[in-house]
Amino acid sequence: MPEPEQLVAVRVNVNGKEHKLQVEPRLLLVELLRENLDLTGTHVGCDTSYCGACTVLLNGRAVKSCTVLAVHADGGEVLTVEGLAKNGELHPIQKAFGDAYGLQCGYCTPGLLISTYQLLQQNSNPSEKDIRKAIAGNTCRCTGYQNVFKAIKAAAKGA
Amino acid sequence: MFPRAFHYHRAGSLKEAATLLAQLGPEAKLLAGGQSLVPLMKLRFASPSHLVDLNFVPGAAYVKQDGGGLRVGALTCHADIEDSPAAAAIPILHDCAAGIADVQIRNRGTIGGSVAEADPSGDWAPVLLTLGADVRCLGPKGERMVPISEFVVDAYTSALADDELISEIIVHAPPKGSGGAYLAFKRSAPVYASASAAVRLAMEDGVCRDAAIVLGAVGLTPVQAIEAEAVLRNNQVTAKTIEAAAEAARAAADPQPDMRGSAEYKRQLVTALVKRALEVALKRARGEKVELGHIYA
Repeated sequence: MPEPEQLVAVRVNVNGKEHKLQVEPRLLLVELLRENLDLTGTHVGCDTSYCGACTVLLNGRAVKSCTVLAVHADGGEVLTVEGLAKNGELHPIQKAFGDAYGLQCGYCTPGLLISTYQLLQQNSNPSEKDIRKAIAGNTCRCTGYQNVFKAIKAAAKGA
Repeated sequence: MFPRAFHYHRAGSLKEAATLLAQLGPEAKLLAGGQSLVPLMKLRFASPSHLVDLNFVPGAAYVKQDGGGLRVGALTCHADIEDSPAAAAIPILHDCAAGIADVQIRNRGTIGGSVAEADPSGDWAPVLLTLGADVRCLGPKGERMVPISEFVVDAYTSALADDELISEIIVHAPPKGSGGAYLAFKRSAPVYASASAAVRLAMEDGVCRDAAIVLGAVGLTPVQAIEAEAVLRNNQVTAKTIEAAAEAARAAADPQPDMRGSAEYKRQLVTALVKRALEVALKRARGEKVELGHIYA
């Protein structure tokens, strides 16, 4: 007879809201967000820790949520793209990406927004080099990045 | 993709983790930052029955000054070493920490995990070899210190026993007049290096008293380029001797052809990386501040 599945209690604050869940230890953070909490703004791209589409903030730091176990968020705070807009108003980073056409198909955008969020939290006046380094873990196959750089510079000015 | 199901054990201390490893046997693996192990488990290249999670162990992540050297907790993530003023005093540590993969991975991946995995393409081992670092290992019966040169045994094989873990990396103060540098070339940010070079020069009155040159990703373990070191030792470090050392390092490299490039291409990379790293190490030995980072498209 197969052994009963182990479940682990996870208590996590996602975008300001407390959640208590029982999860399989092998559940990935991105699946907890998308499948358990219906927060499908965070995307799965490569699913191999390369592309960064699944980037979220865990305890204030950008991580690839396809490569973090959900149990690691226990007792922690997660910010996803859904947590950026406040009171129906887009976050300044989101506005800047829209204004500068910093996206085309939009699949990588949630990850890029979160990586930009972490960059601007740490450095409100990033150089071109700082920006390139901050989003080196986010792959975009549409834009060629030029408008993404413009958007991040504009967001930094507005921040 | 999902990992195969496993039993999860959350360790409250490093000692408890070692005890759990002893109880659970060789089918148990440690989970630190998970940036290598989780992808391996998702691809089912690794399917441990038990995972002992170190992420909730308090006080295992730190960079502390100790004399002129450093003690780095095994659970310290690369990003914290990148940002550490204490680590910045030994620039080669910053070269390495700031260039590993990308921001997201540096925020999770740990120095202890990287060293313990002994991936032939890992960044830390070549750097720590030039510094003669020690690895503090903890088992259920106590702890022992293993020089990094003895710690890395083979590809993906360390000197750790099944019930041992790394608690701390000890970096000794480089002698006065020393300069080190680490340079890696990779195809893009998130991937492992195609080739890398870690070097250290100890200069005295314009003469190189000691040299360490260790190559990464071009052999089953980091390759110490002994003949390249000999070219520089007790010699002046000039464009000509740097060139000769880089050629000797190229001969020491034993790269495998793979999707990162042919063996010949990687040997050519070694020549260029060693040359550039030595130039920077020499400047740093003279007290100049030079920024250096991984090269990628």
